[in-house]
Amino acid sequence: MLKFTVRRLVQLVPILLGLSILVFIWIRALPGGPAEALLGERATPEAVARMRELYGLDRPIWQQYLSYMGSVVRLDLGQSVVSRRLVTTEIRERFPATIELTVAAMIFAVGIGIPLGFLAAKRYQGPVDQLSVAGSLLGVAIPVFFLGLLLKYLFAVKLHWLPTVGRSVATSTAPHPTGFYVLDALITNDRVALVDAVRHLILPAVALGTIPLAIITRITRAAVLDVVNEDYVRTAQAKGLEPRVVDRRHVLKNAMLPVTTIIGLQTGLLLSGAVLTEHVFAWGGMGQWMYQAISYRDYSVLQAGILFLAVVFVVVNLLVDLSYALLDPRIRVR
Amino acid sequence: MLRVLALGAVLALVATACGSEKSTTGGQTGGAKKGGTIVFAASSDPVSLDPAFISDGESIRATNQIYEGLVKTKAGGTEIEPSLAKSWTPSADATSWTFDLQEGVKFHDGTPFNAAAVCANFDRWYNFKGVLQSDSVSYYWVSVFGGFSDKKKPSLYKSCEAKDDKTAVINLTQPSASFIAALSLSSFSIQSPDALKKYDADKVSGTAEEPKFESDYGLKHPTGTGALKFESFAANDKTVLVRNDDYWGPKSILDKVIFRTIPELAARRQALEANEIQGYDNADPNDVEALKANYQVLQRPAFNVAYVGFNQKKKPLDNPKIRQAIAHALNRDALIKAKYPAGSQVANEFMPPEVFGYNDNVTKYDYNPDKAKQLIAESGVKNPTLEFWYPTSISRPYMPDPQANFQAFKADLEKVGFKVTPKSAPWRPDYLNAVQSGVAPVYLFGWTGDYGDPDNFVGVFFQQPSAQWGFDNKAIFSALNDAEKETDEAKRTDAYKQANEQIMQFLPGVPYAHTGPFVVFAKNVKGFVPSPVTTELFSVVSVG
Repeated sequence: MLKFTVRRLVQLVPILLGLSILVFIWIRALPGGPAEALLGERATPEAVARMRELYGLDRPIWQQYLSYMGSVVRLDLGQSVVSRRLVTTEIRERFPATIELTVAAMIFAVGIGIPLGFLAAKRYQGPVDQLSVAGSLLGVAIPVFFLGLLLKYLFAVKLHWLPTVGRSVATSTAPHPTGFYVLDALITNDRVALVDAVRHLILPAVALGTIPLAIITRITRAAVLDVVNEDYVRTAQAKGLEPRVVDRRHVLKNAMLPVTTIIGLQTGLLLSGAVLTEHVFAWGGMGQWMYQAISYRDYSVLQAGILFLAVVFVVVNLLVDLSYALLDPRIRVR
Repeated sequence: MLRVLALGAVLALVATACGSEKSTTGGQTGGAKKGGTIVFAASSDPVSLDPAFISDGESIRATNQIYEGLVKTKAGGTEIEPSLAKSWTPSADATSWTFDLQEGVKFHDGTPFNAAAVCANFDRWYNFKGVLQSDSVSYYWVSVFGGFSDKKKPSLYKSCEAKDDKTAVINLTQPSASFIAALSLSSFSIQSPDALKKYDADKVSGTAEEPKFESDYGLKHPTGTGALKFESFAANDKTVLVRNDDYWGPKSILDKVIFRTIPELAARRQALEANEIQGYDNADPNDVEALKANYQVLQRPAFNVAYVGFNQKKKPLDNPKIRQAIAHALNRDALIKAKYPAGSQVANEFMPPEVFGYNDNVTKYDYNPDKAKQLIAESGVKNPTLEFWYPTSISRPYMPDPQANFQAFKADLEKVGFKVTPKSAPWRPDYLNAVQSGVAPVYLFGWTGDYGDPDNFVGVFFQQPSAQWGFDNKAIFSALNDAEKETDEAKRTDAYKQANEQIMQFLPGVPYAHTGPFVVFAKNVKGFVPSPVTTELFSVVSVG
């Protein structure tokens, strides 16, 4: 198990190196650069030329790459041209926001998706089943951006139950030692801040969790339908085991393999930055940051951000592989 | 009353003002309720609260509250008024300006404001090195003063002398008339020299290709003399300012002003409707009618221009008859009526009426399809084809919906016999790049001014050759150069009027709209005076 984990992490190195070269060349091959993006209407050719010279962007690309890698080796990921803040600082501030939102969205998706999928399969062709199929189609089809605005309109603008933007109220002065607002509130034992943080999480988590919810529901339903017709389930039932025990021990546990894969993939995807949700809810996580970096051609941010998210994605997948072994004793990671 | 001598320069200098009085309230706050907090949405975090390093609107909005310059713009207008300087007097040749400063003013760190502080600031900007000279950092210094002390480029700035505590003299290398108006820009705010030094504001490390701004002065310790002072900044969240109880003028009515970062426009509106914020800027013109029912919708005086630009390096745009044909073909009135918010005007020249030097009698190109057809025939160009560029994924105050503008203009041009080839690209950076590097032959573009001087409009566009316009008209270049140097105010206004006429006869493009952006507030917010150059002060605002 440990060997397997270490090997997977070592395999990351050549992948990241290749990716870094690709990203480096790709973003510099795009038309325009940070100078044009930053100066907007004011980007006269002279101003752009001056800025390229001052930022060393007029030097040969291999020289730029070598000095960039030189910095990376020293764990220096550079500074954003746009915000003029260190990339490492930005990641430290933004990644907790994205993790918090992802976890909340996955709790929503898994907490409702698995029971709903299971129930739909058990009542195959019944009203619950029909509803879950229709619902999951709708869940995948509805644009997150639109859903976010709709949820806010209903629950914030009309009913005033929940807030529309941000991670806390504007007037909040609660400290944030870890950057995970819910955790911060628990650490500082601040009940007001805790309620505030949770209230701000609900709408974006629901908006972001809708697609994973629909997918998890469908996969769970399909997996359970597969399993309930297996011989061993019939055997268990024939042995006179209680239906609840059969469901838990034999049906659900065996149906969970494909569902775990999906949960892992979805989590990795959400962690890679939920661009639109973060934008609509002014969440200030990784997604919003990468989106801005692309439009501003913010080289340092794009390079570091993409590599960082690649690492996150691989690590999440590794965790999924490891969880297989726990779910299915026949699988042994080597 | 002070008599502001106006031997040189600027329309601004006509303004007379009481040195002891700051008339920024617009008379709106009679019986205003003291105290309270206002949350105003910002579309992005400030890049820095060191005004010398910024040129983006959100950083400027916040720094305008914390700092003051030697001069300021009149509330709701572009005229120049005294601020930290009570008055200013040019020398006979207008290359040396003596500023008589306010006394008893203190920076937020308790250190005194005086002539030495003024000179320390000017010398700081002049001595910027390396990446600090980049246009993305010191844009306004470069555009107003040109070069730096390393003499790589000529600079308008020569030196600054502190004659005594209340008298600062700024020496220039040549007469300049737009210089005083430019001093109203946030970038030229006077900062506490002690704080700048203490927090090493100009510290940049790293290599040439990876310069790193090291100082945390800009986001942790910004120190000015304004009615509001800095309390805290949280990235991707908010900037908090509080009342400066030691302010030398009328104290802030509000206790606290919070600029909350909400990048998405629809989200800003929803936050207002959910009472999470009390105001936001640049409202979507399509929302304005709906918002009027429950909110105050204020409109800024127009300070921009939208135009169809031509690159004369690309045929057939080098042909004046073709350019005139395009101008007569475009139904600008219909577009403004159909697609622009109330209060928008059709533009007839490259600057808004708000700016002196605006010429009411320039050559106008009325909508006249028959005349356009006739001009095409006279031009000798067979089957004229126009590659027409428009930007996607952007809405600017001067073109809320670029695609709609393009569709309308395309139909107009096809009606008179042009063949139009559409080209589009995302605004940032592909479209900007295509326009500014001279790739786009016909394109939708525009400009929002920074300060009330024609040099900031026509001077920016047409004072020197550029790839974007692709023409070399020496007469226009020199007319604008002379106008910029003219120090007699009446002559200067005339010079720009004439230049505007010259430009519209030459027709490098077709200006078509001036718009006033909308600012929306909850009903209980009072005293906000919308400014054409967005220099509104929140210290005069109250929450009822």
